[in-house]
Amino acid sequence: MRLARVACAGAIHAAQPQLLADGRAGVRLTDGRTLAEEDVVWLPPLEVGTIIALGLNYAKRARELAFTTPEEPLVFLKGPGTLLGHRGVTRRPAGVKLMHYECELAVVIGRSARAVRRSDAMDHVAGYCIANDYAIRDYLENWYRPNLRVKNRDGATVLGPWLVDAADVPDPGNLGLRTYVNGKLTQEGNTRDMISDIPALLEYLSSFMTLTTGDVILTGTPEGAVNVGVGDEVVCEIEGLGRLQNTIAGDALFGR
Amino acid sequence: MPLGPCITVTMDVPPFRLSGTVYGALLNHRTALQALGDAVNQPPYQRPPQAAVLYLKPRNTLAADGEPIVVPPGIAELEIGASLGLVIGRPASHLPESQAIEHLAGYLIVNDVSVPHPQYYRPSIPFKARDGFCPLGPRVVSRAAITNPDALTIRVYVDGELRQTATTAELVRPVAKLLADVTDFMTLLPGDVLAVGVASPTPRLRAGQRARIEIDGLGRLENLFVEHLP
Repeated sequence: MRLARVACAGAIHAAQPQLLADGRAGVRLTDGRTLAEEDVVWLPPLEVGTIIALGLNYAKRARELAFTTPEEPLVFLKGPGTLLGHRGVTRRPAGVKLMHYECELAVVIGRSARAVRRSDAMDHVAGYCIANDYAIRDYLENWYRPNLRVKNRDGATVLGPWLVDAADVPDPGNLGLRTYVNGKLTQEGNTRDMISDIPALLEYLSSFMTLTTGDVILTGTPEGAVNVGVGDEVVCEIEGLGRLQNTIAGDALFGR
Repeated sequence: MPLGPCITVTMDVPPFRLSGTVYGALLNHRTALQALGDAVNQPPYQRPPQAAVLYLKPRNTLAADGEPIVVPPGIAELEIGASLGLVIGRPASHLPESQAIEHLAGYLIVNDVSVPHPQYYRPSIPFKARDGFCPLGPRVVSRAAITNPDALTIRVYVDGELRQTATTAELVRPVAKLLADVTDFMTLLPGDVLAVGVASPTPRLRAGQRARIEIDGLGRLENLFVEHLP
């Protein structure tokens, strides 16, 4: 099942993707109404708890950034204000030189996990979505790097378009990831190239912290993250999960 | 966002409950920055922090006044990171310094517990995000009750013995400036907490010892550190 959360007609609704009679993409609300995808506001598909993100979790990406493979997973946290739904708008501040997307597989925790073993880890996964974890590298500093000013900006972590049940993703360790900027393919990878795979990440994280239902793990991005500018349409795609669309806007839209 | 397990913090001012989101500012107490000495100019840092250095204490770390805190196995000592906590009262985005304080609901005591760690280059999640590593409380004191948040004395006691005295008068970014800088790129929402910074050197304790933090006008936050939960 694919479950989205959308706002329309005065309320927040659970919704499932559905093709409309004329072939356009749409959603079917739980109450039976169907609407075109552009006629609803897409929210992050769940009430997210702790957001855990991975850096340098793809070997070629680590090399692209001139880092050696980290000895243990490079983990950082993000706050709830950075989340944004499908078809949202992300701000690029004036004057920055390098703002890039990061297409990532997001793993949603379904059952609390404390000191789980690798062999049992997948029992704790509710499902998956796509994340686009923007970074503005101009703000990088060597203190708790990547620092929050780079990675925890308002509306700079796109999550969605919907939550796909774990049961419908037979092999999350072999999914193609692709990013398109204005329709042109700019990033391509596969989750099989993660340095720490999902069971390893769950074993590692739950060895020192309890993961709870609704926590989300953003598992890192492969190579090919390039600069995006105002007006660009960025689509992150993961095999079997869908396409997550986002648009970059300048300061004026945000009253800056 | 749901709160962590068993958190009860009395709050008699809007929004009447914490959101469960807790941020902290690293090296925002002058003594903490000074303790690093010239290391701030050396690799891997290369230069002192320019923007506010922030971190999150996730919901699994939240604990109430009086709750026992587990010292993880294999770890001898923990650091008691006593800090003033700002509690947001109104949505706060891109605040000018002059209007920052009026966006607060009030204040509470934050104990930002850490496993001692030698570096601040990488986010220190395994050192700071352990279960129970962020006791908060004992209550939110309203903004109106605190005349000047930049002149509060913080005292840390371990087993009743005074181990640290610090003051919020020595913040690198005082309260209003910190709020302005943080909300420039991330919105804080009602019930969010921002710990303004921990002084150095931080007192340490072992399992079996009790930490008590007192801040002028905010009461006392007390937790026993244990090997196992009872």
